[in-house]
Amino acid sequence: MLETFNFRVILEYLPLYGTCLLATLWLSAAGLAGSLAVGCAACAMRISRFRALHWPAAVYIESIRSTPLLAQLYFLYFGLPSLGVPVSETTVGILALTLNSGAYMAEIIRGGIQSVAPGQIEAAVSSGLSYLQRMRSIVLPQAVGITLPPMLGQAIVLVKDSALLSLISLMELTRAGQILTSERFMPAEGFLTSAAMYLSIYYVLKALTVWSRKRLIHLHTG
Amino acid sequence: MWGIYLEQLLQSLPFFLKGLWMTVAVSGLSLLLGTAVGFLWGIVRASRRRILKALIGAWVDVIRGTPFLVQIFILFFILPEFGVHLEAFPAAVIALSNLAACFICEIVSSGIESVPHGQREAAVSSGLNGYQQLRHVILPQALRVILPPLVGQYVLLIKDSSVVSAIGVMDVTRAGWLTVQRIPQGILVFGLVGLLYFAICYPLIQISGALEKRLGRSSRR
Repeated sequence: MLETFNFRVILEYLPLYGTCLLATLWLSAAGLAGSLAVGCAACAMRISRFRALHWPAAVYIESIRSTPLLAQLYFLYFGLPSLGVPVSETTVGILALTLNSGAYMAEIIRGGIQSVAPGQIEAAVSSGLSYLQRMRSIVLPQAVGITLPPMLGQAIVLVKDSALLSLISLMELTRAGQILTSERFMPAEGFLTSAAMYLSIYYVLKALTVWSRKRLIHLHTG
Repeated sequence: MWGIYLEQLLQSLPFFLKGLWMTVAVSGLSLLLGTAVGFLWGIVRASRRRILKALIGAWVDVIRGTPFLVQIFILFFILPEFGVHLEAFPAAVIALSNLAACFICEIVSSGIESVPHGQREAAVSSGLNGYQQLRHVILPQALRVILPPLVGQYVLLIKDSSVVSAIGVMDVTRAGWLTVQRIPQGILVFGLVGLLYFAICYPLIQISGALEKRLGRSSRR
């Protein structure tokens, strides 16, 4: 295999891969930022005591978690134009990633908030702190440390999920592999290069996850 | 206007159900294979065989670090260069089984490691051999930790199976993609697709949650 593996073609297409790597990073970062915002909002609504807030959030989270991202992507990609909403592929892509990851983020944040010991909240209540004060100075500072590792895990998922955007012909790493396949009939070179680039992003994020876990253990023991 | 489209969509319902059957077939087969292989790898990973452990660990990292879509494309487009021609269905099953095995391997090995060390020592001093230790002492206790995330993982894998539509497997997602070319109502068509996935995945998510509550409580005694 290696004797026929054409490194020169990869070198020739390296600028394309560079652009596409940046696009993958950018799309995932946009999705991550969006999903953090959506996740916070959805989580706040879900743990709220008001039914009018609780139910929409619960329906959103459960329906996202029970359906595949690809179906959600196509739902928006084919659905928005049929409603007469003109959107670009990039917008649809980021929107799909945001809405999908947002549901998982909401659950991660909820897990973090619920992991704060009930005694802490009781202590805060008896110290006379209001709901907002309790959240701000007791619950959230502890929840952030706990949620960091699973959030980084979600970031890894986001980077991999962004590969699906190639199916609505957005330019990103997987699309670069498809281009090399269709222009030069070299799927091995094309997709293995994409895979190598995804893998390098993965190893960086994985190292960050390990670091954040260690830091968490220090926080709890030190 | 929606009425006409809704009627057309209902007429193509058998087509969607056929797709649903394909989704169930691909993911069911892959989950079976993936669970078997995943348990095997997980047991090896929790053992003391250094080289095998490292090999499996590296492979799991490669699979977890790359998108499933890219894995499928590699399997489907590169194997023919070596003279191995796979149809879309077997290619999908192989790729999804491998993905399943890699995730299940991690769940199984951390489940085995959660069993207190004294249990194994007791099993050894009772004169049980390696297989008996695993079968009668370690696995029954590990299963408690393994089961809830395993069912959760099944849901993720069933959802991942939608990606095999990209190489032309006629699953629900592919059925939707073909139908939307004819009935240009994305909301309706993919609403139906989503509903069919929901019907499979939502009960499984509930089962996973219930298992977690029950097994989690009993092991905390």
